[in-house]
Amino acid sequence: MTSTQYSIRNSIGDRVFLGAIYVVLTLVLVIVLYPLIYILSSSISSPAAVSSGKVWLWPVDISFKGYTTLFQNPQILTGYGNSLFYTVAGTLISVTLTIMIAYPLSRKTFYGRNVLMMIITFTMLFGGGLIPTYMVVKQMGMVDTRWALLIPNAIWVWQVIITRSFFQSSIPDELVEASELDGCRDLRFIWSVVIPLSKPIIAVLFLMYAVGQWNAYFDALIYLKSDHLFPLQLILRSIIILNNGSGTMDAMQMVEKQQMADLLKYSLIVVATLPVLCIYPFVQRYFVQGMLVGSVKG
Amino acid sequence: MDVARKSFIKHWQLYLIVIPPVLFFVIFKYYPMLNAALAFKDYNVTKGIWGSPWIGFKNFELFFENPMFWTLVKNTIYISLYQLAVGFPIPIVLALALNEIRSARFKKLVQMVTFAPYFISTVVMVSMIMLFLAPRLGFFNTAMNALGMDSINFLGEPSMFRSIYVWSDVWQSAGYASVVYLAALAGIDPVLYEAAKVDGASRFQKILHVDLPGILPTITIILILNVGSIMGLGFEKIYLLQNPLNTATSEIISTYVYKIGLLNANYSFATAVGLFNSLINLCLLVFVNSLAKRISNNSIW
Repeated sequence: MTSTQYSIRNSIGDRVFLGAIYVVLTLVLVIVLYPLIYILSSSISSPAAVSSGKVWLWPVDISFKGYTTLFQNPQILTGYGNSLFYTVAGTLISVTLTIMIAYPLSRKTFYGRNVLMMIITFTMLFGGGLIPTYMVVKQMGMVDTRWALLIPNAIWVWQVIITRSFFQSSIPDELVEASELDGCRDLRFIWSVVIPLSKPIIAVLFLMYAVGQWNAYFDALIYLKSDHLFPLQLILRSIIILNNGSGTMDAMQMVEKQQMADLLKYSLIVVATLPVLCIYPFVQRYFVQGMLVGSVKG
Repeated sequence: MDVARKSFIKHWQLYLIVIPPVLFFVIFKYYPMLNAALAFKDYNVTKGIWGSPWIGFKNFELFFENPMFWTLVKNTIYISLYQLAVGFPIPIVLALALNEIRSARFKKLVQMVTFAPYFISTVVMVSMIMLFLAPRLGFFNTAMNALGMDSINFLGEPSMFRSIYVWSDVWQSAGYASVVYLAALAGIDPVLYEAAKVDGASRFQKILHVDLPGILPTITIILILNVGSIMGLGFEKIYLLQNPLNTATSEIISTYVYKIGLLNANYSFATAVGLFNSLINLCLLVFVNSLAKRISNNSIW
């Protein structure tokens, strides 16, 4: 008797508890979604509506003026082109280098792999710092060249760690030994066995490096000086954060220009973020996988 | 040694492909550590790093005597601790809450949406913060005006800086950070839940006695990593959020290093400040790790 009473009271408590969880999570959903929708709505509203604060949730007086103006701006087009280049080239370099070190590190037959792993991991804990690194890049003659964004941060230790543990668990030593008996050299083995068998981890590498490269601004800030090399993020910073709208304006056009400047900020944010957010739903599981491989076998 | 030679001969291709990545680490990670000797020198451009005279710990003394010293250390630690106090537990709570949801679609939706802001770049994130907090037309000020309150220039208020930094970070990364905990929760032995059910545990008790102990190892490791990076507070977002009005609370060690070093070309001094920061960081990580090892047997090495 007492036990049924207990379980009934319990189940009511449980239901209230669960209800509260649903309410809180719905609230979380709204808080995360609202700013995103607001930005998107503003970007396709008319300049006047944005400037007078009429947009609350949905677009007002739908217009694509922000986007058409954006794509007539040579500075932004250059930035977009540069970012595409840095993302494609940087990702290819990074993925290649990561596999080149992660595979040997995953093989028991590779002499000194533990020492090498420690040497690499140590760079996660300690570094020379900003200025000493800058001076090395300068000595290499990379300052104010495209190389500065592609090479000095090409390998992320974390990616090496997850790739190595993937290789360790999915490419068994027996497979290597069998192919050795068939006279297959390491390079050939990597190319025709390891890579085809490691598509999930290679997808993770591509995505993480690509997103990182597309979103990066710090290296560009310290190493680049010429406008024509700037990635989109730097141009975004100068237009939105430093508020440097380009060109002079005469008094007659002041109002219109100000309205346009307000609108442009929203369209710019969308244009810079959309490529990443568009692929995100399709690749989310790879990201989760990548994180978990790393956390299971550190 | 014989093993080594055999391996070299048989697997020379592996040793060959490992050269470019190793060169990368030597040139861009270890060579800068050597260059950090700059901290103990009076750098002179014409003489170069190694030609410049040694001056011992003078740069460090200069930094410790600098009136900025305590401000920088305090700002760095305050922001980090605030971040830790808020940003560390929220993803755990989020994961525990998501774990209770039986509707797979709702769960997936919340996960998908909360994970998304992680992909927004720092520049865009700061742009959004500035747009939402703008004195004119900003969402928060418009809402406050509608409620009859006066506008506030949020980013110009030094007292608001930490909250803006920390809470926007929660908005951006709580969903991402909860993924690890969700995975740990999925790995808990179902037998434990059945036992809890037989014992008549409520949902909340089940969370307290099964879920939390189950993910404790994960929590410990993430905590170590977080505490270990207290002094390593990121430069990127804070630098972009700074303006002359809020530097009283927003100037941290890494932004100071950038300004003194690269903008004012005071290389030696900035290197000393940076080195001081990295060393404290390393000590902190080692300390927290050994502490965790002793207390709970969980550690990152």
